Amino acid sequence: MGAKISRIEYYLPEHVLSNEDLIAQHPEWNSQKVEKKVGIRNRHIAGSEETALDMAVKAAQKLFNYVDPSLIDFVLFCTQSPDHLLPTSACIAQDRLGLRTNIGALDFNLGCSGYIYGLALAKSLIESGIAMNILLLTGETYSKYISDSDISNRSIFGDAATATLVTESDNYHIGDFVLGTDGKGAENLIVRNIGAKNSFRAVGDEYPELYMNGPEIFNFTIDTIPPLVEDVCKKNHLDKDQLDYVILHQANKYIIEFLISTIGLDPSKCHIDMLEYGNTVSNTIPIALKDSWDKGIIKVGDSVLLAGFGVGYSWGSTIIRV
Amino acid sequence: MDKFIDILADALEMEITDIKANDKFREYEEWDSLAVLSVIAMIKQNYGITIPRKEFDSLLTVEDLYNYISANKG
Repeated sequence: MGAKISRIEYYLPEHVLSNEDLIAQHPEWNSQKVEKKVGIRNRHIAGSEETALDMAVKAAQKLFNYVDPSLIDFVLFCTQSPDHLLPTSACIAQDRLGLRTNIGALDFNLGCSGYIYGLALAKSLIESGIAMNILLLTGETYSKYISDSDISNRSIFGDAATATLVTESDNYHIGDFVLGTDGKGAENLIVRNIGAKNSFRAVGDEYPELYMNGPEIFNFTIDTIPPLVEDVCKKNHLDKDQLDYVILHQANKYIIEFLISTIGLDPSKCHIDMLEYGNTVSNTIPIALKDSWDKGIIKVGDSVLLAGFGVGYSWGSTIIRV
Repeated sequence: MDKFIDILADALEMEITDIKANDKFREYEEWDSLAVLSVIAMIKQNYGITIPRKEFDSLLTVEDLYNYISANKG
């Protein structure tokens, strides 16, 4: 018994923040360079009352145009922007989506590696016989942690949510995983001033602020991802040349192009498309998978490598057969 | 050093003649957060060295960069 991705839907919030909008607020900003090198023109930003959970529920509702919700027997929700510290957002999602009550639900807190971990969890739940039809949600609103004056992070991150149905399958469509963790990098991508550690002083006092040490994150990525790709190919008994398509976390165009050339991948088989979304954290891989499928770039039988990496540090990769 | 300046100019999208050993590279008009990544990537690609952020921040001139690479390349 194996597991497969049956369907993906995603939701993007209505409000679009364009490079022109950012220039209007920061005339000194070089938007052409950002569009050319970072590969981002627009990003969608959640409304002030709209949360990652709201968006994930909308993505799931789109999925339920094609899938019977009564089949769902487990909800996994990847987010770092939960509605509340407690209760668990996945429990609220179960109720808002009208799912059965005799099912499991849990949140997990990961960023750009989150979708890979979600697939690993879903596959494990299926192969161990705990569940058969898993609703894997991702939802992120980093915009709520970024102040208006932080042009670097505002230009990179976008908000989004996705819903994936992972189901039991006769074949092993979701392959073997390679996962990694190095908490030494925790300080380099962090929202420090909210949470139990700081006694919640941020609430009503100081704006919760996302801090990213770009150069260190870049160093981590260029040191960690090339061997990750080698390892996951080896584990799945595939040569790099046998991959039909590669979807790396869409962090930014510059990093992806650097990784493609360092790893020695065929650029024509690698996904680079964040022009209209920005870096949507745990959502980039499912959005890329859905777009690639809808555009006919990937087709049944293809071997597609997926790799996520970032905040934690946390990273993971698998190869799926479409 | 000439070869290094050549590669650095390419990374920063500058003319070779505009780069001198004593220049404080952070004062270049072209210097921004993307330029940092370009220089880090250039050094990794050409010399196989990952420069930790703290050490990178302590390097001020083009010559400092060159000396760091010379001392650390395998």
